[in-house]
Amino acid sequence: MNISFFFEVLIGGLLSGVMYALVAIGFVLIYKASGVFNFAQGAMVFFAALTCVGLMDKFGFSLWLAIPATVVAMIILGLLIERVVLRPLVNQPEITLFMATIGLAFFIEGLAQLMWGSQVHRLELPIEDVPLQFLMDKFNIIVSQFDVTAAMVCGVMVLVLSLVFSRTKVGRALRAVADDHQAALAVGIPLQRIWGILWAVAGMVALVAGLLWGARNGVQFALTFIALKALPVLILGGFTSVPGAIVGGLIIGASEKLAEVYIGPMVGGGIEGWFPYVLALLFLLVRPEGLFGEKIIRRI
Amino acid sequence: MFYREAGQFKTSYQADGQIFPIRQDRLALGATLIVAVVALPLLASPYMLSAILIPFLIFALAALGLNILTGYAGQLSLGTAAFMAVGAFASYNFILRVPGIPVLLAFVLGGLCAAMVGIAFGLPSLRIRGFYLAASTLATQFFVVWCLTKIGWLTNYSSSGVITAQKMEILGYAFDTPERKYLLVLFVVAIMALLAKNMVRSNVGRSWMAIRDMDVAAEVIGFRPLRTKLMAFAVSSFYCGVAGALYAFAYLGTVEPEAYNLDLSFRILFMIIIGGVGSILGSFLGSAFIVLLPVFLNILAHGLGLPTSVASNLELMVFGALIIFFLIVEPHGLARLWQIGKEKLRLWPFPH
Repeated sequence: MNISFFFEVLIGGLLSGVMYALVAIGFVLIYKASGVFNFAQGAMVFFAALTCVGLMDKFGFSLWLAIPATVVAMIILGLLIERVVLRPLVNQPEITLFMATIGLAFFIEGLAQLMWGSQVHRLELPIEDVPLQFLMDKFNIIVSQFDVTAAMVCGVMVLVLSLVFSRTKVGRALRAVADDHQAALAVGIPLQRIWGILWAVAGMVALVAGLLWGARNGVQFALTFIALKALPVLILGGFTSVPGAIVGGLIIGASEKLAEVYIGPMVGGGIEGWFPYVLALLFLLVRPEGLFGEKIIRRI
Repeated sequence: MFYREAGQFKTSYQADGQIFPIRQDRLALGATLIVAVVALPLLASPYMLSAILIPFLIFALAALGLNILTGYAGQLSLGTAAFMAVGAFASYNFILRVPGIPVLLAFVLGGLCAAMVGIAFGLPSLRIRGFYLAASTLATQFFVVWCLTKIGWLTNYSSSGVITAQKMEILGYAFDTPERKYLLVLFVVAIMALLAKNMVRSNVGRSWMAIRDMDVAAEVIGFRPLRTKLMAFAVSSFYCGVAGALYAFAYLGTVEPEAYNLDLSFRILFMIIIGGVGSILGSFLGSAFIVLLPVFLNILAHGLGLPTSVASNLELMVFGALIIFFLIVEPHGLARLWQIGKEKLRLWPFPH
């Protein structure tokens, strides 16, 4: 076994894991503060990327103009979702909310394609997808500059989010809401405004994920499926933990790529589709709440 | 006035425990069955039979299976299509490899294979709950489809992975026309729906509901979670497996593993949401709704002269919006609306 090849696969996997984590964070944010398992996160990623590209292609916006415009669009979308979908469903069981977000996913997918067409768009970010030179010279390992940038963006985002969560007033309100809806309402936290903010933030996270994934794979309908890639990351890391999403992403990304390269050929390849799920499943058998999830205590 | 049980006295335990205790229900069911068995095959066009009625019945059966698991036993599953695929490909292989096996027996065996897969993937449900479980059932979905694509033996080494379902023949009588296929599907679905209706009001069904409502409490009062949950997974997968076999044999004819993708799982999930979670009737209503909706939207889009790309996106949006609408307005689905309607009819036209 070639050791530098192993490291190349490992690093590639870790970096793609970061990309998964980027999507997973969006899930965690919303689940943490409202108990809604937002299946529409993938659709929001798609919507954000497509809106950004659509603005550039159709109206000739430059990238730096299109991004703020899309941020505004995502904020409006988030507030609308809170107003139209979530507010009437307050106090419904979690499973009802989950199913509502599946409906929401369909709606957003249809809306995005209706507005901007369903062909594949290319998205050019000013980051080049070339191997890092010094790593190649020194260790003979090919690592894309793009992936490293994506990883750094993700790192910054996690840092900012955890600071916002722990240091600001809104962040504290979010944590209070996550802890207990009714108690939060009782001390005067405006629950619905908090949820609006939350969905808007999740929309912005979706935009970052959408831009990076879109630049990587082209902006197309397949972007919605990355939500499915993020699910094993979530269950591995725990639904309620932002660091869990990162660690889960790294584990899933690395093991998926390694499994594809080293186990894949033995069983005919293409195991990337289900391997993360089986891995997460086996892990859950040991720790049913994921790596960093809150311990589940069940009472009668 | 039309739906009033006044004057229908029960004089024996047997009468009290019967499956449809109200006379009007029995009459309505009988009338529906007569229409379905006699009138529809005579009157409906072959298109109507093979493009609407047959898929309606098959999806209703699959929705029934999912409803047993999700609605009655409370275990959310996103892997319905995988169980259907197991049923279909197992039935195909039984007919292919066991000469002279009766078709219906092959369907049952296919269903049993699906049940075994269901038990295997249901095992984690003992430790994992809620969304963690839902996400892990996706493992079933991807794993099963991958297996069917990769293991050539299962598709009889067909190069594209597509299988052609064999002719259905029972006691020398070929079920080849839409009418005959329809009657066969109707027969299977009716029998299995009756069984399900009885199952959910028996000991088994009650234990499922106890587990659904609060599994720790159910365990304390003596239900065994292991047996109850795995039973739910097995029965549900059996229903889905038979539905999958019918989907391949009576509806599609030629199937590839990809026909049983995640989309199908979601469609069936929507059927039980819209029809009513935890209701046998709801499975049928939901299936009818989901089968008919695209047809209507298509006609509507044609009428308005919309291009197909716009129409298909609009369809997605309407679909999503309707699901949200139903959840907001009536979280218990069409079945609940039906119930409310019946309550109203009892007093109508003098509600006071």
